[in-house]
Amino acid sequence: MLPMLRPRGRTMMLDAPAPALVQVRDLKMYFPIHTGVLRRHTGDVKAVDGVSFDIMAGETLGLVGESGCGKSTVGRALIRLYEPTAGSVRIAGDDILSLAPEALRRKRPEMQMVFQDPQASLNPRMTLAQIIGEPLIEHSGLNPTDRLARIYELMDQTGLNRRFANRYPHEFSGGQRQRIGIARALALNPKFIVCDEPIAALDVSIQAQVVNLLEDLQDRLGLTYLFISHDLSMVRHIADRVAVMYLGRIAELSPRDALYARPLHPYAEALLSAVPEPDPDREGSRQRIILQGDVPSPANPPTGCAFCTRCPKVMEICTTTRPILAEVEPGRQVACHLYPSEARSNQPNSRHAAPSGSTGGGSSQHQQHGV
Amino acid sequence: MLTYALRRLLLAIPTLLLISLVIFLLVDLAPGSPMSEIPLTVPPEVRLKMIAAMGADQPVFVRYVLWLRQFFWVEPMHQVDLLFGSHIVEGQQRIISYQTRGPVFTVIGERIPQTLTVIGTAYLVGVLIAVPIGIYSAYRQYSWFDQLGTFIAMLGYSVPTFFTGVLMIVIFAIKLHWFPSIYNTSLKVTDWASLLAQIRQMALPVLVLSLFNAAEISRYTRSSMLENLGQDYVRTARAKGMGEGTVVLKHVLRNSLIPVVTVIALGIPGIFGGAIITENVFKVNGIGAALIGAIHANDLPMVQTLTFIFAVLIVVFNLIADILYGVLDPRIRYD
Repeated sequence: MLPMLRPRGRTMMLDAPAPALVQVRDLKMYFPIHTGVLRRHTGDVKAVDGVSFDIMAGETLGLVGESGCGKSTVGRALIRLYEPTAGSVRIAGDDILSLAPEALRRKRPEMQMVFQDPQASLNPRMTLAQIIGEPLIEHSGLNPTDRLARIYELMDQTGLNRRFANRYPHEFSGGQRQRIGIARALALNPKFIVCDEPIAALDVSIQAQVVNLLEDLQDRLGLTYLFISHDLSMVRHIADRVAVMYLGRIAELSPRDALYARPLHPYAEALLSAVPEPDPDREGSRQRIILQGDVPSPANPPTGCAFCTRCPKVMEICTTTRPILAEVEPGRQVACHLYPSEARSNQPNSRHAAPSGSTGGGSSQHQQHGV
Repeated sequence: MLTYALRRLLLAIPTLLLISLVIFLLVDLAPGSPMSEIPLTVPPEVRLKMIAAMGADQPVFVRYVLWLRQFFWVEPMHQVDLLFGSHIVEGQQRIISYQTRGPVFTVIGERIPQTLTVIGTAYLVGVLIAVPIGIYSAYRQYSWFDQLGTFIAMLGYSVPTFFTGVLMIVIFAIKLHWFPSIYNTSLKVTDWASLLAQIRQMALPVLVLSLFNAAEISRYTRSSMLENLGQDYVRTARAKGMGEGTVVLKHVLRNSLIPVVTVIALGIPGIFGGAIITENVFKVNGIGAALIGAIHANDLPMVQTLTFIFAVLIVVFNLIADILYGVLDPRIRYD
């Protein structure tokens, strides 16, 4: 559907012995709700409710889910643009969530973010050179000549004409602005970049350019991405592994090809069935799974499985016990009671597995369902 | 930018002419007349001569055109004559006050220093305390500091100056004897003692007026800061690893000050206009007091001239505010 996208043959490095660059354990981000005359704390919006995953160096992890499921919150909490409620995040060895403010600031160059709205995320009163150069002044200690050289180098890398250096963000098109956002993120040679829906605000024709740019930069600079998107076909193109989120939790985390070929979690299955098929013959036979009802409020998620109110395969246990994300097949983690509990208890120490809790019983009478 | 400014200045000419006509007619047609000020013991033929001497026997449009000529030609050229010793308008009629029988601009020249000292200081003090309060209130939204700031701003904005002024006089002048209640215009600052006396007599009017000004400006600053603090580029600045001070004072404040600066610029004509009420409460012998006095005495040329000067200042500072907007915000270009 996007002819401009280049095919790419990157191998997954699941067997690499190196520890994961990013390790997220049981990340929770609750936003407090204050109500009443006295504005008492009466509850929390559980935007992210216990999320665990690893990202290997050089890998792209896709994070998909519908609006409001907490994907962007994960991205922001991960590099502590929010203060997470609980959990731990290790990026390149440092526990991000326990760093003191000054240490966190010193750590920032290693972890960067490309924002969704390239217009709003750039300071309207700073020129392009100031936007890209500001972190260099703060963190690199380059002299003005070297700094300008670095700014030009970044502009070349991201395909921005050097003549634009003294222009303001409003003078650029959406795609150019996102290139500025990427150049800014790259300025300090980060290891890890959170791409928070970097293409959602762009034209489809521009989307491909930006995604190709991100891929080129990854190959050249050895970057690691968390690619947050609701565009399932774009994630399929760029990601090595994909995590599917629902209501603040990860429903399934699988290698890309396996997930798109045969989603295991009923929610992942329903979500992927929404991707249109470009071949009209096959499009006719596509089985669309329409979910009934609305997403429950994250302020009051259902007990047990978050998806139990809408799941077409709901069982009794789903309404009482929260399923744990566990490896059910090599490299594939699913949080669903449909999958035998043995599979979970068999491989509790798998590298990608969440820190294992109790398996919470589970039913084995249901067989795995495929496509 | 220059083209824009010139175009706006050209457009201001018909605007100001229309304003001058409205002001002139409004003041002229209002009840009360200079003739009523002449004592009844004066014989009728002398009375008529007096009226003719003031030019008040002419039809209103003749007087309007003559006044225009005096305002736009005679008075500016008189200043030129004074400065360079030339004789361009020598012997020509200037705008004469009915009250003092002297030129209106002489009175204005006598009154404006007091107004600028007291009201100008109050405005400056107001801005200097309002902007930091606005910044901190927004940064710590709903903190006790913010709540207190909101309360005081509400108070300063809603309680009229004739009330706070009198209250301050009762507390600080009558009960505590800290400050005088009346401003002494004839005080000359020559040494430290007289400087202290000057500061003491300015304290109360400045306090009252700066509370009023600060209330408005701090609210503007706070809401503008709040709007910008929620913007995505602030998160970008934090993600860059900039310190909190840089994020707030460089990124957020510079963007937030754009509307605040224009509000401040639009408030400056008010300084020249003088705070009429406050000047009267503290007996500051400024422009505002002169206007009230002229209204009481049916001094039509004085009222017309002063009101029109205020109108000119408002038009000019509107233009300045618009140009400042273009200077401060790169997204706005006047071409």
